[in-house]
Amino acid sequence: MEQRSLADVRALVKRHEKPARTGRKLGEEIFFRSLMNIASVLIVGVMGVILISIFYKGISTFSWSMLAEDMGSGFYLNRGGGIKNAIVGSLYLSLSATLLALVVGLACALCMNVYMVKFPKLLNAARFLLDLIWGVPSIIYGAFGFSLMVFLGVKTSLLAGIITVALFILPIMIRAIDEVMKTVPAGLSESVLSMGSTRSELSYKVYVRQCFPGIVTAVLLAFGRAVGDAASVLYVTGESSKTPTSLLDNATTLPVAIYNQINSPYAATQDKAYASAFVLTLIILIISLLSRYISKRYQKYRIY
Amino acid sequence: MNISNHRRTRDRVVTVLTYLAMAFVLLLPFALFVGLAAKSELLFRDNSLGHLLFSSQWKPSSGEFGFKPFIVGSLYVTLIAMLISAPICFLSAIHITQYAPRKVAKIVVTAIDILAGIPSVVYGVWGMVFVVPWLGRIAAGLGIQSNGYSILAGGIVLSIMVIPFILNILMEIYRTIPKELTEVSLSLGATRWETIRDVLNRKALPGILAAFGFGFARAFGETMAVLMVVGNVVKIPSGLFDPGYPLPALIANSFGELGSIPEIESALMFAALILLVVVLVFNATLRWLIIRVEKY
Amino acid sequence: METQEMDAKMTGKKEMARPFEEEGIIRVDNLNLYAGKTHILKNVNIEIPKNKLTVILGPSGCGKTTLLKCMNRLTDLTPDIKVNGNIYIGDQPVFGSKTDIVALRRKMGLLSQRPFPLPMNIYNNIAYGLKLRGKYNRAELNDLVEYYLRQVNLWDEVKDRLRSPAVRLSIGQQQRLCLARGLAVNPDIILADEPTSALDPVSSEAIEKQFAALSKDFTLVMVTHVLRQARRIADYVIFMYLGEVIEMRPAQEFFEDPREEQTKKYLSGAFN
Repeated sequence: MEQRSLADVRALVKRHEKPARTGRKLGEEIFFRSLMNIASVLIVGVMGVILISIFYKGISTFSWSMLAEDMGSGFYLNRGGGIKNAIVGSLYLSLSATLLALVVGLACALCMNVYMVKFPKLLNAARFLLDLIWGVPSIIYGAFGFSLMVFLGVKTSLLAGIITVALFILPIMIRAIDEVMKTVPAGLSESVLSMGSTRSELSYKVYVRQCFPGIVTAVLLAFGRAVGDAASVLYVTGESSKTPTSLLDNATTLPVAIYNQINSPYAATQDKAYASAFVLTLIILIISLLSRYISKRYQKYRIY
Repeated sequence: MNISNHRRTRDRVVTVLTYLAMAFVLLLPFALFVGLAAKSELLFRDNSLGHLLFSSQWKPSSGEFGFKPFIVGSLYVTLIAMLISAPICFLSAIHITQYAPRKVAKIVVTAIDILAGIPSVVYGVWGMVFVVPWLGRIAAGLGIQSNGYSILAGGIVLSIMVIPFILNILMEIYRTIPKELTEVSLSLGATRWETIRDVLNRKALPGILAAFGFGFARAFGETMAVLMVVGNVVKIPSGLFDPGYPLPALIANSFGELGSIPEIESALMFAALILLVVVLVFNATLRWLIIRVEKY
Repeated sequence: METQEMDAKMTGKKEMARPFEEEGIIRVDNLNLYAGKTHILKNVNIEIPKNKLTVILGPSGCGKTTLLKCMNRLTDLTPDIKVNGNIYIGDQPVFGSKTDIVALRRKMGLLSQRPFPLPMNIYNNIAYGLKLRGKYNRAELNDLVEYYLRQVNLWDEVKDRLRSPAVRLSIGQQQRLCLARGLAVNPDIILADEPTSALDPVSSEAIEKQFAALSKDFTLVMVTHVLRQARRIADYVIFMYLGEVIEMRPAQEFFEDPREEQTKKYLSGAFN
């Protein structure tokens, strides 16, 4: 073969040449491209169908008085009442849990990016473990929280719910903040350190400020998950038909209320479930819009 | 001098607190495991592990705890969900990252973001109001005895819920493939489609499999929405329109009976433990594989 | 008024740079390229001779890589790119709705800055292009793969591990594999975008030698910003600055007797 001249080989290849486009090739591409279009249309379509049906069902059963009234006794037995306590309960729970998770989560993210960068192996191991708990379903936190409460002999309460949800959203929060902090250039922290800052000052002055928009988005992401999740709090917050007034009160959250309403035998109560689902979806959509807006808006205040 | 001392002390305190927070979080998976395992211990006094996992007898009142119906129920629902969502995600990921004009891609990505945000309970409500009656009618048309609450309903609702999760990973994978690889393949005389089929998909293959794996683990633990549409009958389902009873649904549903028999709490914690182990093993294996693949 | 005059000057057609007698193969005809609102290539008018090594030289960001990628229309991959004017390969236009770009790209091999082996084994990296373009039986394919691997002096190094993934090769070997892969599709033209910039000096030299040898049978267009490299191997030099072709000259003339002010500055190292 090696004796053959380049011209011979080129002529050989030329002889074998097929046309660049054949009907079969084109057909295959068109076939798969249509499938792809169908897949994307399907996704958008399903999203539309879900939103429209939730809104349609919800708006037709919604009344403003639902937002103003507590459930009162016998709510699930069709004795009237609203979902004010569930909404307020959800907000209390999610806000406190998010705050708690933020404090711990920010510390963890800073720990990894400011302190542990000196030990890459340790850092990799930490990120690996974080990835693992990131995927743990919320029902497991619910079960764990419940068994912990039994173990400690504590009764169901808003506080127990806050702690459980905080544990559940903690990995989500840490990963989101970590993703942003990873992008801070090493040069920035080196220059701050060389100016005589201690590492803790570096973290709070530079990293927190630099990553502020990212942290806000992470907080909103975690908050959204906290508001929407039912499985983790199903059995740790207890049930209550009144707006909670202390951390040790029982509390009902909005998703749990929806679950109980739709399982009620009374049609009127089920209708309220649709309205409540509409309210919950609206809250989630507002949070997601807000986080988009904020991450866009604050982008320009970064130093680099 | 004083200020510097003050600063140094503060730095030390902050450092210690930061490491403590980190340690706390890293201990979390172990704490979950140990806590759930300790609570399930009661169950092992009368039953072997094999018996618990593979027996179909579930009679809590007479101390029979066979988890097979729940494990099989979980597997079926998750598999149905993956069979529906995997091809859709795969095709749509290629569409969004390779073919779609920017505006179209933006619309689809927004739709995915919205789907990702909708709470599980809302999916459940939607499933109960639309999917279940619809399946009920189809079943009636086919002459099958079913009210629509079925593993198929669970699978359909679940498939929609995991689409954003899987699709986001897939898009990320396609986006990180260097553009030069496409250039090279095009310049060899491949069409755009041949490039995607032979080069990009092959390059993305480990990532695609990992994405499906993560999706599976995610779907396996999803609770509320599935619970609301799957029927919750303790029986190994024998057809798509049969009701099933996945593990998470068991946990969520049975808390109410906790007071009656102490072994039930133990059984629920064991169910949670199975879930946890499946999810952790899945995630750990996939992460490890990804790291291996990246190295080579 | 002044701006209008400026505009007229900017869009006015420049004379085609054609400092050679031989047959031309690539003709760039008043090419303008915009990425969004940025004017990246400005009135480029050049012709590139057949079976010679032409080097496109210039400081980074002058548009030389973009010009190269226009030649086989890889610009299609970037959204928001607008092109005026055209490029002709032989007599076929590159831009235009009637162009069969897949057929046209087959006339051009590509070598990129860093080697990007296909995610396949060594053997299939060569065979892939061949199989796309024609039907071969096993024996023919084996022969051709061996032939092209020998062409780039890689055969002896890889003949025992043809089935192992191409990414396991060293960077220098990978780049030679990429060159063989480009040759195997039987192009007339080889486009190379700083093909040695990621390589060690030894591998670099090997590639340069290959290029010098190949220029007998292929038209080579190579982008580089390394002056010494251009001096060593170029037959013709196109010098670009800020999106414009400043001059195109035979290599020796270009280095010994630069005509334009910017060229002189560049050669004296003012831009580095």
